[in-house]
Amino acid sequence: MKAAVIVFPGSNCDRDLAVAFEQAGFQVDRVWHKDQDLPQGVDIVGIPGGFSFGDYLRCGAIAGQSPVMRAVAAHVTRGGYALGICNGFQVLCETGLLPGALMRNAGLKFICRMQALSVTTSDSVFTRGYNAGAEITVPLAHHDGNYVIDDAGLAALKDQDRIAFRYHGNPNGAVDGIAGILSENRRVLGMMPHPERVVEAAHGGADGKAMFDGLASALVPA
Amino acid sequence: MRATVTVMLKQGVLDPQGEAVRHALGSLGFDGVGGVRQGKVIELDLADGTTQAEVTEMCEKLLANTVIESYRVEMGA
Repeated sequence: MKAAVIVFPGSNCDRDLAVAFEQAGFQVDRVWHKDQDLPQGVDIVGIPGGFSFGDYLRCGAIAGQSPVMRAVAAHVTRGGYALGICNGFQVLCETGLLPGALMRNAGLKFICRMQALSVTTSDSVFTRGYNAGAEITVPLAHHDGNYVIDDAGLAALKDQDRIAFRYHGNPNGAVDGIAGILSENRRVLGMMPHPERVVEAAHGGADGKAMFDGLASALVPA
Repeated sequence: MRATVTVMLKQGVLDPQGEAVRHALGSLGFDGVGGVRQGKVIELDLADGTTQAEVTEMCEKLLANTVIESYRVEMGA
């Protein structure tokens, strides 16, 4: 099982994400944004949190146009898996690999705290380690996590069971309290909270571990 | 030659920053400010002969996120 974690100038969760994948049993390569290709045999691409390119223009906009993102788009088009967390979610929306966009938090403040979420669906490789409806606690750390999508797009997410996580108490104004969504083929997940920051007890919580363990059990070679 | 691109949130998309500016104007005593929307202006220095269609393509691909933003291109001398 191989994972690739993309590194942009300004990424700051790439090591945490790499360690979370490694602890679940993945072999991990970190891949620089200027690389044109992903390493051979990558099963899943992780797009980490941080402030790629200083959030200039819009969060994720410039990273979304980087050479490696063309390789990521090709990987996803081939049916490959991808996980975008926080800035990684913004990058996936900017590239159009996930629908919608992430705007400034409705309260305008940067939010940095532990946050209760509901797991909305367990029907994906990312969420199979949870029971649908389970409550988990995962850190938030973002200024632009206010998810917006038009009415037709929201209806499609609901009808196709593609809302992966919802916030309790909607801290940032996201439409329908959405914290994370799946692509139509359920192989791409974007989410604002940081599961990679809670994968062992020493982190102060381990509610993110089931995501990486679930991924490992789904992607292990037969 | 120059082009000026104005990027704004689309009508109907709530602009929390504009709303905060409106509140601040009210607290400074400026009455009657019914609404504030803020956006950004991007000035481009371009090779002579660059067409409006090319600048529009720049907007579609990078300068605006057309999910939430609209843009206006003005070509200058």
